[in-house]
Amino acid sequence: MDYAPIASIICAAFAVSFGAIGPALAEGRAVAAAMEAIARQPEAANTISRTLFVGLAMIETTAIYCLVIALLLLFANPMLA
Amino acid sequence: MNSPLEATVLLHLGPVPITQAIVTTWAIMIVLVLGAVALTRRLGDIPSRRQAALELMVAALDTQIVETTEADPAPYRGFVGTLFLFILVANWSSLIPGIEPPTARLETDAALAALVFASVIWFGVRGNGVGGYLKSFAAPNPVMIPLNILQSLTRVFSMFVRLFGNVMSGVFVVGIVASLAGLLIPIPLMALDLLTGLVQAYIFAVLAMVFITSTVADGKRAKPAADPSPVSTKKGP
Repeated sequence: MDYAPIASIICAAFAVSFGAIGPALAEGRAVAAAMEAIARQPEAANTISRTLFVGLAMIETTAIYCLVIALLLLFANPMLA
Repeated sequence: MNSPLEATVLLHLGPVPITQAIVTTWAIMIVLVLGAVALTRRLGDIPSRRQAALELMVAALDTQIVETTEADPAPYRGFVGTLFLFILVANWSSLIPGIEPPTARLETDAALAALVFASVIWFGVRGNGVGGYLKSFAAPNPVMIPLNILQSLTRVFSMFVRLFGNVMSGVFVVGIVASLAGLLIPIPLMALDLLTGLVQAYIFAVLAMVFITSTVADGKRAKPAADPSPVSTKKGP
């Protein structure tokens, strides 16, 4: 029995699931902080939300890396070739 | 299911394989160029309705550039604006049935990121000369040189993986849901993709802008420290 495909599928699932935890917590904190800042200073909402979007994209990149690793495991795995 | 990392080759032009992404990219380029030519014909001092709409868009672009970087938008408007428009149209081209956005392929995003990498060098050299650009690597102090060189590569890499991952995952999820649940079910996800596509295009353009202006500003800051004589002559009586 060949264990390489099974192992890579399980590892891909683990990479995405655990890789999503960190960015989820971080994005939650970032949005909460931005909400608080907008509540205190509604006139700065434009600047804050723009910075928030860029920051969220930065944070999201870590999850995207995990997704790319999972896709590499599934579709471009040298062990399965 | 098709691998998102492999390209579908439609035909071969001699030794060059023509993929679906290349055809879509050229179609988008033709649409953008023809649209720009058609919109900018017969510009006058008294704006017509079409010209007023166009000026509104360019003014909005300028405002964004000034607000994010506080730099003069004139040298960067063309590059950053084209980058934004192309990525936006490419991301939203998934709305046309049967068309996969070219930004959901690694090679398109890698090409865009390589453009940003080259333009950072180009604008850095044009702003401060070759010496000024090289000095921008020693920006806070010379200890940071290896880190700055590494950063100039990794930030471009992370840019293209971010764009690829976001757009590709959107296309992928819509494909999976459509194959599992049926034809009309993924419509809310496609609406979410529209938002993601807009935000990603905006972020790509903003990050390109920030990288370019920070390099130019670092080079400018490095200049007076390297050559203090003009400052001292001005202090005379």
